[in-house]
Amino acid sequence: MAKITMTVNGRQVSGQCDDRTLLVHFIRENLGLSGTHVGCDTSQCGACVVHMDGMSVKSCSTLAAQAAGSQVTTIEGLAANGELHPVQAAFKANHGLQCGFCTPGMVMTAVDMIRRHGGQLDEATVRAELDGNICRCTGYHNIVKAILAAAAEMGGARVAAE
Amino acid sequence: MGVEGIGARVARKEDKRFLTGKGRYTDDMSVPGMKYAIFVRSPYAHAKIKSIDAAAAKAMPGVIGVLDGEQLLADGIGNLICGWMIHSKDGSPMKMGAWRPLAHETVRYVGDAVAIVVADSIAEAKDAAEAVVVDYQELPVVTDATKALEQGQPQLHPEAPNNLIFDWQIGDAAATDKAIASAAHVTEITIHNNRLSPNAMEPRATLGIYDGGDDHYTCYTTSQNPHVARLVMSAFYNVAPENKLRVIAPDVGGGFGSKIFIYPEEVVCLWASKRTGVPVKWTSDRTEAFLTDAHGRDHHSKVKMAFDANNRIIGLKVDTVANLGAYMSLFSSSVPTYLYATLLSGQYDIPAIHANVRTVYTNTAPVDAYRGAGRPEATYLLERTMETAARELGVSPAELRRINFIRTFPHQTPVIMNYDAGDYETSLNAAMQASDWNGFAARKAEAAKRGMKRGIGMSCYIEACGIAPSAAVGSLGAGVGLWESAEVRVNAVGTIEVLTGSHSHGQGHETTFAQLVADRFGVPIDSVNIVHGDTDKVQMGMGTYGSRSGAVGMSAVVKALDKVEAKAKKIAAHLMEADESDIVIENGELKVAGTDKTVPWFQMALAAYTAHNLPPGMEPGLKEGAFYDPANFTFPAGCYICEVEVDPDTGQTKIIQFVAADDFGNIINPMIVEGQVHGGLAQGIGQALLEGVHYDPANGQLLTASYMDYAMPRADDLPSFTVSTSNTPCPNNPLGIKGCGEAGAIGSPPALINAITDAIGNNRLTMPATPQKVWAAAHAAN
Repeated sequence: MAKITMTVNGRQVSGQCDDRTLLVHFIRENLGLSGTHVGCDTSQCGACVVHMDGMSVKSCSTLAAQAAGSQVTTIEGLAANGELHPVQAAFKANHGLQCGFCTPGMVMTAVDMIRRHGGQLDEATVRAELDGNICRCTGYHNIVKAILAAAAEMGGARVAAE
Repeated sequence: MGVEGIGARVARKEDKRFLTGKGRYTDDMSVPGMKYAIFVRSPYAHAKIKSIDAAAAKAMPGVIGVLDGEQLLADGIGNLICGWMIHSKDGSPMKMGAWRPLAHETVRYVGDAVAIVVADSIAEAKDAAEAVVVDYQELPVVTDATKALEQGQPQLHPEAPNNLIFDWQIGDAAATDKAIASAAHVTEITIHNNRLSPNAMEPRATLGIYDGGDDHYTCYTTSQNPHVARLVMSAFYNVAPENKLRVIAPDVGGGFGSKIFIYPEEVVCLWASKRTGVPVKWTSDRTEAFLTDAHGRDHHSKVKMAFDANNRIIGLKVDTVANLGAYMSLFSSSVPTYLYATLLSGQYDIPAIHANVRTVYTNTAPVDAYRGAGRPEATYLLERTMETAARELGVSPAELRRINFIRTFPHQTPVIMNYDAGDYETSLNAAMQASDWNGFAARKAEAAKRGMKRGIGMSCYIEACGIAPSAAVGSLGAGVGLWESAEVRVNAVGTIEVLTGSHSHGQGHETTFAQLVADRFGVPIDSVNIVHGDTDKVQMGMGTYGSRSGAVGMSAVVKALDKVEAKAKKIAAHLMEADESDIVIENGELKVAGTDKTVPWFQMALAAYTAHNLPPGMEPGLKEGAFYDPANFTFPAGCYICEVEVDPDTGQTKIIQFVAADDFGNIINPMIVEGQVHGGLAQGIGQALLEGVHYDPANGQLLTASYMDYAMPRADDLPSFTVSTSNTPCPNNPLGIKGCGEAGAIGSPPALINAITDAIGNNRLTMPATPQKVWAAAHAAN
């Protein structure tokens, strides 16, 4: 057992847990943030994706202890002041979700891929970048549409800001 | 139509909670004092349980209790049942072996649950589960259904000699044999429909809560049909009487059929909660899901299709062996019979059909409905046979379909189904145009210059859904009726709740059902709530599967809306001193037609609930219910065309395009329908190219028990799809809806395999057509 402290969605939080506790379980059980999901046991499905110190990580393959002292963002931390993040809005507008279970991980992966590619994404790149996220409901068609739409909007916003 | 009415592409109301991490899935549920369960499962596919020693486990830290099958039996918890009676040709009933929720004396597949450990934490429960000592005596194993029927094989259940569950037939054997004997040409083919694991992304979970104060159970569970769960657990499994059992299916992360059935874990968690005195939560991991979620498909069929000299089909003979696994799951008997063989006419006018189906026990996971449930098996068989026949007869695949299409409706097939309305040629033409079928030869030649092999394949599917007319399925052996219920409650100041027995686990009912109300009364969709999934809130329903929520669930809503509309008009007429027949409802107002006299919706509602001025004899309030029993199945149909490019050096198949032209009748929300087709296509393509459950035949070990070994379709395995719809409305329900949830998974596998076959010139491909298989087939001598 150890006490672990990290910053999650901008707030410093602490919890007691076994050394073997995975970050996803720390987030779900200790912090009560149930938006990050567990969908598999081989770190392939991506339902558990969060951002840790600016990088997309699979929280099912990260020990809570590894995240001590880090800045973690979960799906609950994405919408600022009650406004949906452009990626969230694009998923809604393009019907990029059905049952919603893979969605938090999809959205977090999408935000990260848009950041890394500077908004210059095409369909083939999006599909390749989604290799670590499995969806059983949508067939990915509208997820790809949503990510491309969000990237275009966010890229445009960046140009406008410049 | 209106921006929020029938036919509109309304964005989903429910999306906000899913997008912001506020979904409420069963594993998210937590109650004070909740403890965690882990199941001890058999590592052997077939064994006698000689003893279970839980002493060490019980003594471990955090352990509340360890319970086994003997205690479950002693407490009177019943066997899991199959609820659809099928009789064999000799009149004998199906041979249903005992399925104990926790195994008693014998385990019959790897993963069969033997005991439950309840502890303060999952980690402690897992540690204790490993300390439970089960003494097994291994028995011989059989995993292949055809083999299991042979003499001298391991016998799974004393009730079923030679592991034969039933030997069933449909159609006219004599007429079919005669047609084959007199045929100008007979196409013969052996078809295997590969076993699949549904893999909804949310693993199954149950939170069982026994309240000793009220002697009452609450069950949160990942179910597509909470009322069916409640009915079955009370009437058959002896968990509790209905009025002492509340079942809640909150947000459910996908089902695809796998969450219809009431599994051992739900029953055992509820029972364990009473035995231990604590709420008990179990959540499956992905390996358990592969081991224990009901599998799909696993048919082996021999087919003969007979043609006359004009290439018209004159007979179809099918012999199928279907693997049902170690135990009969809840709907398992219906899937290879009345949901399969009744579709063997396809889109074609076939005068004589005969199918014989034998179902078999093997030491594998139970098999039951999975997206399409019997119709993918029928379609794959038919459409592979049609393109094989087209090649043999030297006719184009399109031409052979055109020659044989059914063109007048209603059409009575020789296998019970009576097709109500359809236009198959329109779908065929639409798909051929959208795929530029005529330009294929040029694309094939261009690819050949690059050393690649292009192929194009077609699938003309029809399916029967909108399940189902109660009396009809009852006469065929179903233990339940398949109607649906709705209650429309207008609140005192005009907002509306619709309580439905349907359940949404991705289908968007909170939006599409509300569109019906917005369309009818012109009220904003935001003022309409759809309530589902809780047996304490919705009185009774049959749930969501078999593409029935539109055709059956929405029809019940329409019937209730009719009653609300009638009473609302009476109230408004009385308030405006007008004739009831002169009242129209538009844009949230009730008006006297041809005048400017109006009453806003909310004011009419208030009048209903203040009851100061109602027509004499009218009861206060505005709340109406309806039960809707469909008159017939519905018959979505369409044409799918797939173009592939195969690399002969690697066997890799790239999908160049996939075109879907479907007829779903009237459509409520085209955006939702497209999403259902996309998802179905992905699952069908997954079956055809990637997926397959494999057991080791020597010992019954599941070899594909994680995403390392079972290939799920990912975004870069799939193209963007080209989907379109045409419309021959269903004449048998008020909205003219056929339904769309399963069509994609039903029609797509043969389009893929026909395309690859076309590319490589070898017709002996089996699913999944992995690169290894395609390479070998491409290089094999023909």
